[in-house]
This record gives sequence, structure tokens and C-alpha cells, in this order.
Amino acid sequence: MSAITTSAAAQPALLSIGNIYLLIGFVVLFLVIKTLQDTHHPKRLTTALFWGLFGCVFLFGDLSVSYLGESLTYRWVGVCVIAIALLAGMGKVSMGSYDVPSDEVQTESARRIGNKLFIPAVLIPIVTVVCTILLKDIQLGGMFVFDQSHVTLAALTLACTIALLVSWKFTGGSPFQALGESRRLVDSMGWAAILPQMLAMLGGVFIVSNTGTAIQDLVTLFVSPDNRFMLVVIYCVGMALFTMVMGNAFAAFPVMTAGIAVPFLIQGHGASPAPLVAIGMYSGYCGTLMTPMAANFNIVPAALLDLKDKYQVIRVQIPTALSLLFINILLMYGVIFND
Amino acid sequence: MSELNFLPLSGILVVILGFALRFNPLLVVTCAGIVTGWAVDLNYLTLLETFGEKFLNSRQLASFLLLLPVIAILERYGLQQHAKNWIASIKGATTARILSVYFVVRECSAALGLINLAGQAQTVRPLLAPMALGAASNIHGDLPKPVQDMINAHAAACDNIAVFFGEDIFIAFGAVLLMDAFLRENGIAGIEPLHIGLWAIPTAIAALLVHLFRLARLEAKIREQIARHAEQQDSNTDSSVTREELA
Repeated sequence: MSAITTSAAAQPALLSIGNIYLLIGFVVLFLVIKTLQDTHHPKRLTTALFWGLFGCVFLFGDLSVSYLGESLTYRWVGVCVIAIALLAGMGKVSMGSYDVPSDEVQTESARRIGNKLFIPAVLIPIVTVVCTILLKDIQLGGMFVFDQSHVTLAALTLACTIALLVSWKFTGGSPFQALGESRRLVDSMGWAAILPQMLAMLGGVFIVSNTGTAIQDLVTLFVSPDNRFMLVVIYCVGMALFTMVMGNAFAAFPVMTAGIAVPFLIQGHGASPAPLVAIGMYSGYCGTLMTPMAANFNIVPAALLDLKDKYQVIRVQIPTALSLLFINILLMYGVIFND
Repeated sequence: MSELNFLPLSGILVVILGFALRFNPLLVVTCAGIVTGWAVDLNYLTLLETFGEKFLNSRQLASFLLLLPVIAILERYGLQQHAKNWIASIKGATTARILSVYFVVRECSAALGLINLAGQAQTVRPLLAPMALGAASNIHGDLPKPVQDMINAHAAACDNIAVFFGEDIFIAFGAVLLMDAFLRENGIAGIEPLHIGLWAIPTAIAALLVHLFRLARLEAKIREQIARHAEQQDSNTDSSVTREELA
């Protein structure tokens, strides 16, 4: 689940969120240049434009907010987003040509480097966790090392940098070569890399349009206040369905719980709140496993793993998700009522 | 009861239709946003600004891009081949066992709050998936693409399910704090985050049992798919042979 972003007072930090966005922007810019240099690319210019627009949002977003103001910045970003969607929708974004060494060469270098190949990969999560704990409050010359409201992301950025340098030492492949190589992965993900942000945007439109209230009204139509079991079913299934629509159980939880669980189950039947909310939230997670709207969990991995069917991760998750939703309903019905 | 207004739901319809008809998801989502805004009479400039604001403010979702250079350079120098060979050196390693061990470790560490110890980009793509594939190909030889995809998808699913149903036990996790804050705001007192975390445990155990049961049957499924694929290949070559003979 995505973390709740708390807007703490912006304290200066070396690895501030703004600097991390700039770094991502430069990475994307580098990929755009590489794409433009790829003369065998079938859709060279439009693919470069697609990633270029995306990179602009990272490179100039914050700068533009401070110089042009929020309203104007949001407008040009909105235009970029629509252009990105149109480019992808018209099939103007594709893979390019890449110089990948043959299987024999890769197997040979795997034998030569051996287990050291694992070290940078394993370092990323370990360094992230250790830095999150150790460097959280550390200051250098009056400045925090990590952005205080995005400690994990800052730690991840540091971990990636360290892993990149360690890979350089073990493989001999420089960070610039690594960046160039990553174009193959980014291109094979294509639109899927941008989908999570697009969905966050749609979620924002849903909030502005009060879509949540409409869903709540719709679900409440099915409520019969005296039937305890059906109330539990409606709450759990409603959490799962609403989460499937929003792609995020955190968005579904307050609406469904305030609309159904609090008035009908807690106040109406004296249900115990702690198990109610814990199991209710998990019913939402069952929904997360079954929806393309939770793109960063379900679609991005399918793209990362180069699956032919981008919905296959969801397909694999559905049997577990449905079994758990069923178990949640029985469990909730069994434990929340005290009389 | 207030008058029901289902116009804000029109975007959902667009999403369902668009995904079902397999239009490009970026286009579908953008259209759904425009349709929703239009259905509730949102000023088009306000809508454009909402688009820009939310897209700009969710940039942290693209942070996985920073992981890709490391993975890419390691793969160029044979990370996936090495993961496969390394798995071959471990006696009794099968796809199902590797995924099961990963599932248990991932769920338990998430319950202890170590949510960032793994992830789709940082562990599944470079390590877990190649090892799971390696174990299968050590037993069955070269794997056809559908079998590869199935194993890869299972690796990704393992990570998602394990972390989702483990993390809510950890009381400092965002979801638990959100639930706690919600109850307080709604005037329901006397509930500690610890209670919520404790009540996450039964479902977490159920998730573990259900998914391990499914993984236990994965080996048979892989065998079955490979056999089916081989059969298809055979019948294809048979028919091409007969065609050649006829010619």
C-alpha cells in the first residue's frame, strides 16, 4: 500500500524529495538522448517525445511551481499528461534496438564474477532498511541528510547509488553504461511505467467529483439493517469492490467504514471496532490483488517481468484473493459480535 | 434519503469498458477522468489543473526507475544466468519451494515492519523470478514462454500477497495508523493500535495457509503445462511432416 504522505514543514535536506525528482528527471533525460541516438528505432521521435514530456514533469515541475505558480504549472503538466496518453494510445511508443550480449557471453561473465553478482542486488534492500533506521535524524551542517517526510525514498535513492558503484567495481560496467542499459528495461515497460501516476490522477478526479459518495449511496441501497450476516458481507465485499475501483484500499476504507460499518454494525449491533476495521481493511486488500487500477502492484511487475499478458499477475492472484475474502467474511461474522 | 446521483460513476464505466476492450490503459484512464469531470460539470480548466496537480504530486510512484540501472547492468553481466546456476547447486530446490520460502520470509519480515526489505523491482525481477525459473529449467530443460510467464507471475504474486497480509500486523504501519485515526475521528474511543494489529493476525495466517497450499500444487501445474506444450509441438511437427510427405 502506498504510504500516507504527511506534509511536514519542509526542512532542508541533502536528499530532499525535490532533489530525488530532479535525479529521476535526469535519468529520464539521459534515456531520451539515448533514444534519439538509436537510429534503428522504429518510432524514435515519438518515443523520445513520450519520455521527454514525462521527464519534463520531473525536471521542471518544482521549478515551475515556484516561478510560474501552482495554477499555471498544473495546467501545463495536465497538457503533458494528455499528450502522453494520446501518444501511447495511438501506438506511437515502442521498443528500440539494443546491443544485448549473447547468452554465451552472459553465462561466461556470470561464471567469472560469480556470487559477487548478487551483492549489489542484495545491497539495495539492506542499505535501504539500515539507512532508514540509522540516518533518519542525522544532520550534516544543519541540514538533514534525508527528507524528513520521505525517509524511505531518500534511503532507497542512496541505496541505488551505492549499489551502482558496487556493481561498477565487480562488473566493470560504469554507471553511465548502467543508465544506457536501463533503456531496454524502461522501454519494455513502456506505458506501464507511467500508469500508476495516471491512476493517482484519476483518483484525484474521483475525489473532486464525489465518486466515493455515489458508490456509498449505491452500496447502501443493498443494506437491510437487521440482517447481521448480510451487513458483514456488504461491508467486506463493498471494501473489495470499492478498492478495485479506486486501486487503493486506503481510499475505500474511510468511505465504506463511515457509510456502513460505523452506523449499522458498530452503532446498530454493538460490533467490536478493532477486529471490524482490521478485517475490513484486509477485505480491501483482497480487492487490491484483483484490479489493474493498483498498477504499481499488478501491472508494473507484469511489465518488469516482460509477461505477454499484462493481466497475468492479477489472474494468478485472484484465487487467493477470493478465498481470503470469503474467509474474512466468516471470520468477521464470527468475532465482532459479543452477544 | 437524499436523491441518488450516479453521474460521478460514469468514469468507472469507461475504465471497465476500456480495460475489457484492451485499449491502451493510459488513454482509458485519461478518458475516464475527462468523462467523470464532464459528467459532474467540472470546469475544463479546473479538470486540467486537477490532472496536473495529482500527476505532479504522485511523482514518488516513479521512484522504481532509479532501481532499473542497477538491475540492467547486473543482468548484462549475467545475473539471471548466475541465479539459475546457483539454484542448481542447491539440492532439492524447486520453484514451489523457493516461492514458499520467500513468501514466509517476506510475510514475517513485513509483520516486523521491514516492508522495504524486498519489492517487485528490487528483489522479484533480479533475484526471485530467475531463481524460480532456474529451478524449473533445471528439472524440465528449456521452458516454453507460457510456462515462464506463469512462474514469473507467481513470483510477483508471492511478493504482493505476502507483504499485503503481513504489513498490517506492524502497528506503526500507515494502514494501522489510518484505521486508528479514523476510529478516533468517529468518536470510538478506547481502541489501541495494538488491538488492530492483533486482529490482523488471523487473516495473515489464513493468507499464509491458502497461498502455500496453492504453491504446493504449482509443481504439478508446471509439469502439466510443459507436457501440454510438448504435445502441441509434436502435433505441429507431425502435421508439417505429413504435409511435406503429401507434397
